[in-house]
Amino acid sequence: MCMKKSVKKRYYFDHAATTPLDKRVLKKMMPFLTSEFGNPSNLYEMGRKAGQAVAEATETITDILNCRPDEFVFTGSATEADNLAILGVARAHTKRVPLFNSESKGAPFFGRIIVSQIEHKGILAVCDVLRKDGFDVVELPVLKNGLVDLEVLKKSLTPETILVSITSADSETGTIQPIAEIAKIIRNWKIENSLKIKNFKLKIDGSLPCLHTDASQAAGYVDIDLGKLPVDLMTLSAHKLGGPKGIGGLYIRHGVNIEPIIYGGGQQGKLRSGTENVPGIVGFAEAIRLNNFHRGDTSVKIKKMRDELEKGIFKLIHKVVLNGHPAKRLPNFLNVSILDVEGEAMLLYLDALGIMVSTGSACNSQSLEPSKVLTALGNPYEFVHGSLRFTLGKENKMSDIKYVLKHLPAVVKKLRAMSPLDLKLGQTAKISNQKAFVGNQIPHFVRKSH
Amino acid sequence: MKKKPDVVNKFTGDSWAYSKSVRDHFFKPKNILWEKPVDAIFDAEGVVGSPACGDVMRIWINVNPKKDTITDFKWRTFGCASAIASTSMLSVMVTERGGMKIDKALQIRPQDIMKRLGGLPDRKIHCSVLGDKALRAAINDWFKKTKQFSRIVVDGRQIIDPNTKTTEADIEEAVLEGATTLEAVQKRTKVGIGFPECLPKVEELIRFYREKYFGPDLI
Repeated sequence: MCMKKSVKKRYYFDHAATTPLDKRVLKKMMPFLTSEFGNPSNLYEMGRKAGQAVAEATETITDILNCRPDEFVFTGSATEADNLAILGVARAHTKRVPLFNSESKGAPFFGRIIVSQIEHKGILAVCDVLRKDGFDVVELPVLKNGLVDLEVLKKSLTPETILVSITSADSETGTIQPIAEIAKIIRNWKIENSLKIKNFKLKIDGSLPCLHTDASQAAGYVDIDLGKLPVDLMTLSAHKLGGPKGIGGLYIRHGVNIEPIIYGGGQQGKLRSGTENVPGIVGFAEAIRLNNFHRGDTSVKIKKMRDELEKGIFKLIHKVVLNGHPAKRLPNFLNVSILDVEGEAMLLYLDALGIMVSTGSACNSQSLEPSKVLTALGNPYEFVHGSLRFTLGKENKMSDIKYVLKHLPAVVKKLRAMSPLDLKLGQTAKISNQKAFVGNQIPHFVRKSH
Repeated sequence: MKKKPDVVNKFTGDSWAYSKSVRDHFFKPKNILWEKPVDAIFDAEGVVGSPACGDVMRIWINVNPKKDTITDFKWRTFGCASAIASTSMLSVMVTERGGMKIDKALQIRPQDIMKRLGGLPDRKIHCSVLGDKALRAAINDWFKKTKQFSRIVVDGRQIIDPNTKTTEADIEEAVLEGATTLEAVQKRTKVGIGFPECLPKVEELIRFYREKYFGPDLI
C-alpha cells in the first residue's frame, strides 16, 4: 500500500465531523476578518458597521428559523449552545425553593431532566454534572432502529420535569427523531396534567417542561422552520453546514426561563457575554442561507450517492449490518458494522488510500469505550467495534463513491483474513464472553453500567 | 500529571501518532496465518482477549523440542493498528535468528515490543498487551501437550514484591477496584512497603491499568 503523501487525492466522508468552508461564505466573512474589524459594542462608525452586520446576520438566521431576532443567541460552538440550554434552564430553577422528596433523601431536589441515550456528549456530560446538583436525569432508551422510545418518554414525564432534550438526528447514525411528535406528546401531557402542574409549588412557569433539540447534524438536511418544529430551544452549528468553526447558536423561545452560563459585559441580551464573533456570525448566516436555498437539490443528490454506496457495500461485502433507521435517516449518513474486522484498522487502511471516515470502535475513542450511541441501539459490542461511518457532503462526487466501492472490499478482505473471528449476523448477546478478557476481567465499560 | 498531546510519539517526537515501524508492520504484517488454521501443522496455540473489547489474539507456534526454541510463530488478530503492529513485531522477535529459546520468550513484555517498534502513542499502549499474553498461552499449551507441567506459568502470577507476594494481577485488581494511585494501591496490597525497589514498576503498572480501564489521564 502506497504511503507517499504526494499522490494523495482526498476522499472526504466525514462531514458529520466537520465540513469544508464554502468559498462564498469565506468571501462574505473576509471584510470582517480584515478591514472591518470593529467591535459591535462601539458607537463610532466602524463599530456600528460591525453591529449592523451582526444584526443582519441574526435576521437572516431567524427568518429561516421563523422566529424573532431576540430569540437567537450566538455561542462559540454547538457544545456551548447545548450547555447553555441544559445548564441555563436548570440554573433558572435552582433559584427556586428546592423540593425535598422521598427519593432525594433529604438533599435538595430541583427537578427532572429527560434526555435520550443517544445525545451528543455536550448534553450528556452536563447532565452528569447536574445529577450531583439536585437534578434527576432520565436517559430514554432507543429502539433497535435508532428511534427514541416514545412510550418511555410518556411514562417519564412528571410535574417536576423541567426540560426534555432530544436530538433532531444523532451524530453517529443520523436517525431522524420525530421532534414534532415529541412536542405533541409533551403538549398533550401538559393539558392532561394541568391541575397537577398548577398545584406543583415549583411550577411558577406553566410552560414547563421545555423541549430542547440539538439540530447541529440535522439542520443541513431537514426543515428547521420552528413553525413546523415547535421546540423551545434549538442548537445549531455553523461548521456542519459549510460555515466556519467556532460559531454555533441557540434558539431560545421568548418566555423560556433561562440563566446565562457565561458572565461579563452583558452582550446578546446578557445571555452570552463576550465580544461577538463578527466574521463567524456573518459566515454562519451565509452558510445557513445557502444551505436553506439549496437544501432540496443537495439532499436529493447526496441521497443518491449515499444509496449507491450503501447498496454497493451490502452487495460487495457479506456480513454487514446497517446501524440506525433504514429510512428515517439523514440523506448523508451511512453507518455500517462490518463483522470480524476492527474499525480503527479499517479506518487507517482507508486513510492510506485517501479515504476519510469515522468509526465507533473503542480503539478510536479518547475514553477507550465503544460508541455509546451504537451500543444503545442494542448491538453486541463486537458489532460496534467494526463500525464505519460515512457522512457525505455536497462536494462528494459519484466517482468518489466508486473509488470507495473499488477499495473497501479489498481492505475488508485483507483484515478478515487476518482475523480469528467468525461472528454471526443474527447474534443478539450483548457480549459473547464477558470473562474472556485479559486477566479474566469484565471490561470496564460493562462493569460501569452494572 | 502532565501529558503531551497524544498525537506526538513519546519516543521519537513524530507528529504522526504511529512510528514508521508501526506503520510498516500495520500495512505489511509479518507471519500472519493467511491460510485456514489446520491444527495438525502446529504444535500449540493460544488465544486471549474478547471481541467485545475490540481485541482478540490467536497465536500458533511450532517448537524445536531438542533446542527448546520456537521455530514458527503465526497469528491472527481482531484488533486495531497497534495490536496488529505489535504482534507482527513480536512474531519477528521470536522467530529471528533461528528461533528464540522458550524461557526467553516467556520473559517478553509489552515494553520490549514497544521499544522495537519505536513506541506507540500513549493511549494506544493498552492495545499492545495481547501479543505476549497470547504467546505465553501458546507456550503453556505446548507445556501441557508435552507434559512439562512444572514449567507452566500462570499469567498474572509474576511476583513483583517478594515480601508481600504481590503479583501483577493483584495490582490490576486493585486498580479495577478504584485504587488508581500508588498510595491507594499500597493501602490495599502493602506492595513495596518493605521492598521499595519495586515501586517504579508498580507505578508503571498502575498507570498502565488505570489508562486501560479508565481511559487516558487528563492533565
